[in-house]
This record gives sequence, structure tokens and C-alpha cells, in this order.
Amino acid sequence: MSFPWAKHYKPSHPLMVWFDEKLPLPRFVYNAVGPGFPVPRNLNYAWNFGVLAGFCLMLQIVTGVILAMHYAANQLVAFDSVEHIMRDVNWGWMLRYAHSNGASAFFVVIYIHIFRGFFYSSYKAPREMIWLLGVVIFLLMMATAFMGYVLPWGQMSFWGAKVITGLFSAIPLVGTPLQQWLLGGFSPDNAALNRFFALHFLLPFVIVAVVVLHIWALHIPGSSNPTGIEVKTESDTVPFHPYYTAKDGFGLGVFLTLYCLMLFFFPNALGHPDNYIPANPMSTPAHIVPEWYFWPFYAILRAFTSDFFFIPAKLMGVLAMFSAILVWFFLPWLDTSPVRSGHYRPMFKVFFWVLLLDVVILGYCGGSPAETKYVLISQIAATYYFLHFLVILPIVSSIEKPQPLPFSITESVLGSDATAAA
Amino acid sequence: MVRIFGPLVGLFFAAALLWSFAVGAIGQIREPDPATAPKTFHLPPKEDVAFSFDGPFGKFDKQQLQRGFQVYKEVCSNCHALKQIAFRNLTDLGYSEAQVKTIAHDWQTKAKTFDVKTGDAGDRVNTPADHIPPVYYAGTGNPPDLSLITKAREGGGHYVESLLTGYTDQPAELLKKFPDSKTPDGLYYNPYFANLNIAMPPPLTTAGQVTYSDGTKSTVPQMASDVAAFLTWTAEPKLEKRKQTGWAVVLFLIAATGLAYLSKRNVWADMH
Repeated sequence: MSFPWAKHYKPSHPLMVWFDEKLPLPRFVYNAVGPGFPVPRNLNYAWNFGVLAGFCLMLQIVTGVILAMHYAANQLVAFDSVEHIMRDVNWGWMLRYAHSNGASAFFVVIYIHIFRGFFYSSYKAPREMIWLLGVVIFLLMMATAFMGYVLPWGQMSFWGAKVITGLFSAIPLVGTPLQQWLLGGFSPDNAALNRFFALHFLLPFVIVAVVVLHIWALHIPGSSNPTGIEVKTESDTVPFHPYYTAKDGFGLGVFLTLYCLMLFFFPNALGHPDNYIPANPMSTPAHIVPEWYFWPFYAILRAFTSDFFFIPAKLMGVLAMFSAILVWFFLPWLDTSPVRSGHYRPMFKVFFWVLLLDVVILGYCGGSPAETKYVLISQIAATYYFLHFLVILPIVSSIEKPQPLPFSITESVLGSDATAAA
Repeated sequence: MVRIFGPLVGLFFAAALLWSFAVGAIGQIREPDPATAPKTFHLPPKEDVAFSFDGPFGKFDKQQLQRGFQVYKEVCSNCHALKQIAFRNLTDLGYSEAQVKTIAHDWQTKAKTFDVKTGDAGDRVNTPADHIPPVYYAGTGNPPDLSLITKAREGGGHYVESLLTGYTDQPAELLKKFPDSKTPDGLYYNPYFANLNIAMPPPLTTAGQVTYSDGTKSTVPQMASDVAAFLTWTAEPKLEKRKQTGWAVVLFLIAATGLAYLSKRNVWADMH
């Protein structure tokens, strides 16, 4: 859909007229990211991260496909084939660092994108479907990233695979057979490495498909905006092109600069040194930790240290870790406040920042060794995490008195005089 | 439904977590995590040696890499392999192709051959195309391959340098606090090693152990930092190229981002 004042595509060049008649692809692009897509005029830089996430996905696919041409998914040679890429393939070191740091950059971008959604309640009607698809994308990303980290077949690859697939063994009755079926063996081995490689290659394209649905769903109601009020008139919007192409272009430049600083000057800062040790099933690393982007969830997994009634602690941890993300699916129905933007919700705003701090604390604990003090902190932090989404949000949205909203998007940008003049 | 079950699920997880917290906290009060010798006496790598390749403009010092290679060849290679490195890579250190040929030819361990007609194993001299031959070691411990050691340890080159110069007697204080933690026979105390007791005997013991061909005085700290530099090169031979490329890329991106900002301002000029 679009707003009634959206511009219509009128090809001027005869070639484009001819093309558009046979296949209206130019029209499609024009209406999707061109002048034919009216977007609220007041989007701030938090709204750059959707485009950046799409860019990261493309970056990962391009670098990943080239890496796959040189990588060998066999436990005897996987580690050395990565070193072959680093040493003997032309610009292979750059491709591999671009890919491994690209994964981190992708998660930085996606976490900002998700927290943008939390603050501005982007999940609320009529945008629930965009949000639900977004959570699906995030789950697919986590699976892809996890399997990708296994491929270099270093110590953390191997032991990470062992711990994460071990989670399935917590499921009652079918757990252990299920884990063995998933791994194709009793422990991560050549069978596991091979299937992880196949899935790591496949899943990004599944993500592309869900991203298409995500953006399609976005184009039905159009973008949300920092005031959270709906678009009313033409003066509330600007055409996507040139306004947001220009703004996204600048955002992309800033992103690429920071990303390349990491890639070329600190390429291993976010990795774990142990993954430069070849996988050794006979030697367990002192601390098994996943990549940084899983730390908050890893902290929740490890926070359950005592059996709860008849439920074993391990099973509780696994349930909680998955629930920590699954709970996002229910956000549109847990947060019932009619006001979207956190700017006008005095209580919600406070809890939002507490949640952000809470997730950072969880992340810090998840990346630390499994010592009692970190476990105790993560137990409190995880308690808040669940209470925030499942108890605090519903209560806040029913008792909170929101502040008055501006009359329109135009007024919020130009002030009420301008609206009166218009 | 969500509004009824949501809070219940939330309270369920909260209760389980607080239960775990209570059990853990009481356990911690009754019986705190015991201090251990490694937790108390392990040291992070010293950072006092400045390497030429540190920092955004860092470059390898080829003379130092050659000295480090000499230390590896004469000392480390008795026990430690370097399988990611081929002899041909040594031209990066400033050796000519003829010199590399000689180094490969004279390498003590020969390349293995296998005659497919007779099934006989044999050996031949190494060529520049060969990787440095594997090292088979029968003694205590498992000497790791050193190709990637500076990337596989926190602190990189500083770790290697600290470890090689860090051998010392076990502090009396340690034995007083942890009487059971005496370094076992056949192991050596080294505070830079993760569990404090390393199977590797001190490899660099006396000045002049290696006679440097460039005339540099081979003190123990000199040999340690030279071999640490060499092992940084073996782990990341493209380090210089990476940093140089990085400057070009980042400077270009800053300029391009500046232009993108100006065009953004231009496009939005009449919208604020």
C-alpha cells in the first residue's frame, strides 16, 4: 500500500517504458525504495539500522560465498584450510576478517535495530507482522552465526558445538538420541562439521527470503516514527528517494568506517584466542564462552544452578534461554499502552533504560568465567529480564499516564506555528 | 490469554532464578569459592617490550625476524613444529631465493617420501615449496605447534616474551598459602603460564646460546623478544599489508562519508 499522495512511476526513456510494460520491475523498485514510497519526515538516525542490517547480510553472503570456494569442510583439514585462506589466497586474509568481523557488525546493527523497536514500540499494531518476522530473522541469524563459528574447527568451535548441541540432551526422554541425531555422532565430528557447513551456506538465503517478507510487511503500514503518531497528511512524509537514500548513504559511510577500523586494525579483538588452537576433543578449554553476541543468552542459560521442584536446572536453563527470545514474539500483546513512542511514556522510558543496562550486565556475566559471583549477578539480572517483559510491561502500560502527543508529525518537526500557517 | 499466562510464565522463571540465587548465595556464604594458586599468582603478560609491529603504523623489523627465525631454528624447533610456514615464506624475512633454497636444503629433518610402486617410505631434502617438516616429540608434555601461538594466547608476542623470560623459583609465599601446590617434579614454575607449572624446561638460559649472524648481542631478553617477533610474523604474515590497506580504506571512507554528509545536508536543506 501507499499513501494517496505517493508519486507514480512515469518512465520517460523509451527503453524504460518498454521494460516496465514487459516486467514492472522498475516500478517495483520505484515504489519500494524510490520516490514512490512516502516515509515520515522525522525519522532519526536510529532508523538507519534496517538498511545497515540489509547491507551486512549482503556483505556476509558475498564474502561467505567466496570463502566457501577456498574452505574445506572436513575435520582433518578445516583448520588448515582457513589458514590457507589467511596466507595463500589472494586477499584471503581480508575476506576472512571481513566475514568474521562482519558477523559482529551484523549483530551490533541488529541489536540497535531491535532496541530501537523496543523503545519506540515498533511492534505495536498495525506493525505486529513486521516485528514477528524480525524475531524469526534474529533466530535464523543466531543459528547461522553459531554454525559459522564452528567451521574453523578451532577449540572454541568444537567445544561451543559440544555445549550448544548438548542443550538438546536436557529435553526429557528424547534428549540424548535427539542430540546424537543432530550431530550425526556422539560428539561433534566430521558429520556435524559437514552438515553445519551445508546449513551455514543455506540459512543466509532463508534469511534473505524472510527479510523480503519483513520489508513487504513494512510497506503495508509504512515506517513508524519517533513520535509514534500516524502519518496524516502529505506534509508528514518525504519520498524515500532522495531523502532517505541520502541519509542512509551517510549512515552507511559512518558504519563502514567503524567496521573497517575493526577489520584492519583490531581484527581479532572480538574473537577468542582459543579458536586459533586446532580442535582437540581430548582437551577442554579452561573457559568455554561463545561469541560476544550470545553472551546475554549464555548468562541466562548458566543462571539456573539449582533444580526447581521436579525440573532439572539444566532443562530450566535451556527453557529460559529460548524463552528469553521467544518472549519477544508476544510483545505486541504484552505492551497494551496506546502510545507507541517511549518519549511520551515516563515510566516505560525508565524501564527501557534499565532493560538495556540489564542486558549489558547479562552480557558481561555471560562472557566471564563461570565463577559464583558472576552467576549470582546474572541470576538477579535474568530475573529482571523476565519480569521486565512479562510482568512490568503489562503493568506499566495499564497504570502509566502518557504525556500529551504532538498534533502531527509536521508539528513535531516544525513547531505548532508552522502547522497553523500550513 | 497472553495477558494471563505471560505474567505467570514471568513469575515462574523469576521464582526459579531467585531459588537458584538463594541456594548459590547461601552456599557461597557457608563455603566461599576457595582461592587457588593459579588464581592468586598467575600474571598477565608483561607489556614492557615495544615491538616494531605494534600500533597502526607498525611494521616488521626484518633483521629481528631473521634473528627470531635463527632462535626458532636452533632452539625451539627441537620440540615445536611450525607447520603453517613453508620455506618459500621466508623470503618475507628478507632472505633471497637462493638463501631460502639453502635453508630448505640444509634443514635437519628431511621431507618424507613414499614410493607408490614399491610401497617403501624414504626421505629427501626439503625444497622451498615444502612446509617446515613436522617435529615428533617423545618427552613430557605436548609442545604445541608454534605457527599461531601469538594469536592463540592472550597478549600475543608479549605472552611469548614474558613466558620465555619468566622462569623463576616458586615464591615462598605461594608455598606458605598453598602447601599442596608445590611444582611437581619435571615441571617448571612460570607465573605467566596459565596453571603456573609448565612442562617446557627454560629454553633460553644463557647469553650467547645463539650466535646471531648480524652481530647483535644475544642476551636472553634479546632472544626472547626476537623469537616473539618472529612468531608474530608466523601467525599473521599479512600484518603489514593489513595495516597499510587499512589506512587507505579508512581515509577513503572518511572522505566519502564527508561527501555523503554534505549531500545529505543538501537534500534535506529545505526540510527542517
